[in-house]
Amino acid sequence: MSTKIRIKSLNGWFGEKQVLKDINLDIEENSITAIIGPSGCGKTTLIRCINRMHEVTPGARVEGSVLLDEQDIYKEDPVKVRERIGMVFQRPNPFPTMSVLENAVAGLKLKGIRNRKLLAEKAEEVIKAVGLWDEVKNELNKPGTSLSGGQQQRLCIARALAVEPEVLLMDEPASALDPVSTMRLEDLIYELKKEYTIVIVTHNMQQAARVSDYTAFLYMGELIEYSNTKELFERPKNDLTERYISGRFG
Amino acid sequence: MTSLGVRRIKGYLMLILVAVAFIIIMIPLISMLYMIIKEGIGILSWEFLTALPKPPGEAGGGIGNAIQGSLMMVALASMISIPISIFAAMYISEYGGKLSTITEFIAEVLSGTPSIIAGIFIYTLIVLRIGFSALAGALALSVLMIPTVTIASYESLKAVPRSIREAAIALGVPKWRASLFVILRSAMVGIGTGVILGVARIFGETAPLLFTALGNMYWNEGLLEPTAALPLLIYNYATSPYKSWQTQAWGAALVLLVIVLLLNIGVRIIARKR
Amino acid sequence: MEKFRIFTAVFALSLTALAMLLLTQLIISSLPVMETFGFRFVIESVWDPVKEVFGALPFIYGTLVTSFIALLIAVPLSIGAAVFLTQYISPKLSYVLSFLIEIIAAIPSVVIGLWGIFVLIPFIREEVGPFLIEYLGFIPVFQGPVYGPSILTGALILTIMIVPIITSMTKDAINTVPILQREGMIALGATRWEVITKVTLPYARPGIIGGVMLGLGRAIGETMAITMVIGNAPEIPASLLAPGDTLASVIANQFSEATSALHESALIELGLILFIITIVINICARLILRREVARG
Repeated sequence: MSTKIRIKSLNGWFGEKQVLKDINLDIEENSITAIIGPSGCGKTTLIRCINRMHEVTPGARVEGSVLLDEQDIYKEDPVKVRERIGMVFQRPNPFPTMSVLENAVAGLKLKGIRNRKLLAEKAEEVIKAVGLWDEVKNELNKPGTSLSGGQQQRLCIARALAVEPEVLLMDEPASALDPVSTMRLEDLIYELKKEYTIVIVTHNMQQAARVSDYTAFLYMGELIEYSNTKELFERPKNDLTERYISGRFG
Repeated sequence: MTSLGVRRIKGYLMLILVAVAFIIIMIPLISMLYMIIKEGIGILSWEFLTALPKPPGEAGGGIGNAIQGSLMMVALASMISIPISIFAAMYISEYGGKLSTITEFIAEVLSGTPSIIAGIFIYTLIVLRIGFSALAGALALSVLMIPTVTIASYESLKAVPRSIREAAIALGVPKWRASLFVILRSAMVGIGTGVILGVARIFGETAPLLFTALGNMYWNEGLLEPTAALPLLIYNYATSPYKSWQTQAWGAALVLLVIVLLLNIGVRIIARKR
Repeated sequence: MEKFRIFTAVFALSLTALAMLLLTQLIISSLPVMETFGFRFVIESVWDPVKEVFGALPFIYGTLVTSFIALLIAVPLSIGAAVFLTQYISPKLSYVLSFLIEIIAAIPSVVIGLWGIFVLIPFIREEVGPFLIEYLGFIPVFQGPVYGPSILTGALILTIMIVPIITSMTKDAINTVPILQREGMIALGATRWEVITKVTLPYARPGIIGGVMLGLGRAIGETMAITMVIGNAPEIPASLLAPGDTLASVIANQFSEATSALHESALIELGLILFIITIVINICARLILRREVARG
């Protein structure tokens, strides 16, 4: 095991409000790391700092560094960074103007790749990878938004995979889904860790416990505790962590 | 405190009053549509739509050159205005900052410019140099079209959900590609609506053409020649003392109205489908 | 900075450039008259191209009076129609009837002018004019012979043209009134009309005022239709039934036949005045509406 991402003294702001305070966190390669904490604790901001999406928001600011394979991503072209670190959002957001097939390879198409055969092959590959192929193979030319919520979210994961990232960030990917779709998604995430390093934000502690190898607990912009998931849930070291996982606040 | 009965009666009276207000507004509309159809329909024929005008007094003649001139100038004005407006709107919606605020403000101010101002502006700037021409007419129409299409475009672009923008950026797509191929494409229905309404508006504009396109009794033979236009012809014929021309003015008005209303209704159908 | 940003910025800047060019072009072309007449231009009431005496007052008067009368008639009609369309009928019927009002806004000005010449002018000459003289003739503004083309005719044409915009802005403003506000009043036992006058319209007032300002801007700048019915007389008539002229109509009517360079320059200065008035009114309207958006 080696460290894929190293977050060093990371601070984040929205306007005047500091939402991340001196975060230090190492993320293991080919593992699933969950970030938990009550709403407003900065967990979404943290994950958005890892592929430089935070700075896209007007008024947002970041200080500190995030190393990907020991290279500071804040010293590189953000576009290149986001190719290597994919993201899946809270709500499924397939492109409404594109078909299922086009959505799956949207990243490639948008970069100007025109080769239809290559695109079709890649689309099939990633749609299969997210276990969607059998469900949508006859609807590949329908708009991406015509699928069910769970299917849309898996399509969005396929879309992220098609760019061939090394890391996959997921910001509460199941929060808009029903229980059955959530289960399927969790199985998929578990599958994906063989090839990708995954960071998942969730407000659902059971979900974190089920899927992740490591868990970080954030509270009011500070990293309170970070360890092996089993350990964190069974033997929390910090009093705040214990109170949170036992459901006494948040 | 007045009794409930009295208050109710007052309420009914007021209902009648507001309904009457609506009916009063409808009277001129109905009268206009009735007159245009009644006076205009008799003269419609293939010859009327395609032939050149004849001198007053002579029977026959048509508005072919005016339709040609209008189509030409509206097409040229659209070609000038649409790219300028869309790219300006993309700056406003995608980048923000001072230049965006200023551009948005200027677009709003310009959209209220009286159309006759566009005419004298292009007269002093262009006509005095190259003469009365289709080009000058198209430029005057552009002055009116650019602000309206810009406003419609940035309103549509701003309405594209954040999540769609972020999805594109998170794929590692350069911002300009995301803007052009995802955001612009998502806003296309709204922008298209704005463009069509803009076209419908300039199709009927007369004042900007009075001292730019000038008018012409013959076919237009080039962008640098004076040219006829449907609204100009209606104005000239309506204010002429000749009965035959006045009748043709109604016919031309019917043609113009059908074009403008078709564009307006078409837009509604597109917008409703979405 | 990235290339695409610079590329689009050029287009964004072109709008500002266009506005600046427009303003400077109008100012430069008005300079000859400004130098000859100075401020007297706006207070002088004689307009005589032959003697080269140019005063803008008749047109400023004509513009203000026609627009003012148009507002006087259009505002109550529009608010009434907007209340009718939003409060009393089903949304479906409202959609259809609102579309009819929008059709009025879509009709080209020159077509409305054509109708004005052949329907409205005879109507004023044969019905309205004689009626006003007979019953209200003791008031000076309703005296004198009736030709048909007149300040009043122009004002009525403007009324027709600004009703759609004021109605639609009023409807928008009414639709932003929170349901809670209205329900609170209904719960107190108010009749529908009382809710409208005591809650809905007061709440919607800034939006309505913004719409009225936009309508005013439209009325002041309107050219073709009014040129065709106002009679084109560069005078300040005592009677509303006499012909007049507005800033826009005199430009449309005289510009292509300008007798001298000074005449042309004087017409352009009228355009400059018109441009500035409409800009000021439109900015006021936008500011009111923007504050409204910020509040809502």
